[in-house]
Amino acid sequence: MLYEIIFLGRGGQGGVTASNILVQAAIYENKYGQGFPFFGAERRGAPVAAYARISDKPILRHGMFNEADILVILDDSLIKLGIVKKYTVRDNGTLIINTPEKTIPRDQVSTRGKINVYAVNATMIARELGLIVAGWPLVNTPMLGALSAATRLVSLENIEKATLYYFGSKLGAKNVEAIKRAYMETMYLSEV
Amino acid sequence: MGLRVALTGNHAVAYAVKLADPDVIAAYPITPQTSIVEKLAELIDKGELRARMIRVESEHSALAACFGAAVAGARTFTATSSQGLLYMHEFVHWVSRARIPVVMAIVSRTINTPWNIWPDHSDFVDQRDAGWVMSYAMDSQEAFDLTLQAFKVSEDPSVYLPVMVGLEGFIIGHTAMPVEIPDENIVKEWLGERRQPYVIDGSEPLGLGGLTFPEDTEDMFYHIQEAMNNAKNVIKKVDEEYGKLFGRKYGGLVSCYNCIDAKYIAISMGAWSGDLVEAVDKLREEGYPVGALRIRYYRPFPAEDIWEIVRNAKGIVVFDRAISFGAWGQIYTDLVAGFSLYTNKLPQMANIVAGIAGVNVISEDFYGILKSFIDKSESGTLERNYFAWIKVRR
Repeated sequence: MLYEIIFLGRGGQGGVTASNILVQAAIYENKYGQGFPFFGAERRGAPVAAYARISDKPILRHGMFNEADILVILDDSLIKLGIVKKYTVRDNGTLIINTPEKTIPRDQVSTRGKINVYAVNATMIARELGLIVAGWPLVNTPMLGALSAATRLVSLENIEKATLYYFGSKLGAKNVEAIKRAYMETMYLSEV
Repeated sequence: MGLRVALTGNHAVAYAVKLADPDVIAAYPITPQTSIVEKLAELIDKGELRARMIRVESEHSALAACFGAAVAGARTFTATSSQGLLYMHEFVHWVSRARIPVVMAIVSRTINTPWNIWPDHSDFVDQRDAGWVMSYAMDSQEAFDLTLQAFKVSEDPSVYLPVMVGLEGFIIGHTAMPVEIPDENIVKEWLGERRQPYVIDGSEPLGLGGLTFPEDTEDMFYHIQEAMNNAKNVIKKVDEEYGKLFGRKYGGLVSCYNCIDAKYIAISMGAWSGDLVEAVDKLREEGYPVGALRIRYYRPFPAEDIWEIVRNAKGIVVFDRAISFGAWGQIYTDLVAGFSLYTNKLPQMANIVAGIAGVNVISEDFYGILKSFIDKSESGTLERNYFAWIKVRR
């Protein structure tokens, strides 16, 4: 089965890196994947989407999409700005938010059917572990831990392995710590 | 089995170049090509690739530098896109007419103006008369395989022509997909030492490129055409060898999906061929006898191979991601010209121009066009062959 995933964040938060690590993790499970940025130019700080596809069969289709099975929000300020609802979560899909909040405004989420919503405070995890570059807490890798916890799309072990492959063992170790914590701390919020 | 890793199409090209062990790389940055030469520069910096990177002031100089080094016996590589390729165009012809093997990646981006960084095939097909062998990938793995094979084809003594490998910017160039990287030693043994028709390295006096009389010049044209014909067999042989050694065989100059019993065949090139195959799957489920044929090599143009596959088809729909203004899509034009040499009765045909400058074309679009074409053909209401744009705001 083909899963389409969107990482929605701000330019510089590492959505593209997250999508590439997810593909590498899928490869370890003998699955297929695609990870790609918004096609075109991006600006640091501006709302930006990164995309991934994961499947047990070779993926033939290309191109961007704005309906996803899994929507990962790297920055919860995009919810009240009305940017999250520009992307639709499909029936039986999953919304995973980096937020300290325990509820989400229903009218700021676009769905097609029923979806499950999860939350984790990845910003806090990144800050506590000192995962900060140029003043930005690195929330992309912990959100991959949350994605694994919420969906089981790829295992925690393979997310960790792919992260170490991507960053190398030195830089990767702290990211792996953040991923483990986010995996443990991901909470089910509600059905929407 | 080699190492399987997630690589963008651009990085896949860079790693294939690394395995081909070039001596000289010269390039000028342009979106969406830049990440190929950035990765190669990084590999040189890390000591993983022992090539000389020549930084130049323009694309024209990039290919000129590659040409100069190649004439002196170096294996060379460059990459460019769009305006960069057009700026280089004079030397594109020069290299092929001098019969010097060089490999170049074209990360397709439409042609300005207006300024636009998104892909179509305009820049690539614009080179069709330049005497280069031209291949086009569908995904990162094929971009890797075609790049590595390009060195083998280019340096074959029966070919000795430069080879360009096309891939769409962003859609392939910036999309990470699984790529299997073969064993370095097996590649080295298979690819062999650099071969070329002549070397000018100062060791013996030799003059080339001076005034050449009409008959001799025409003779050189004729030999390029012969080399193109030879390239067809070399490409197939290389595809076979590569399949045996590394486990991936694509079928030669074209790749077919569900063509054998197809009454209708859709023809395309590049990444959107994947979306087209999804449309074919859906139509097959609904009982439509349709197949997809993908052009992997645009030059030499595989008209004969394609005709062998489509000769019994009732209808053919050709998807072009570029247009020759005032005429039609280039693939369609070449196909009709080629078919006319094998038959005096063309099948029902349609030429669809779409996906210009990055306009998103998805499998539902292909599905709709093919279904409508087949329904009309079957009900006898397809009165004549036609040309159309889709998704264009008029």
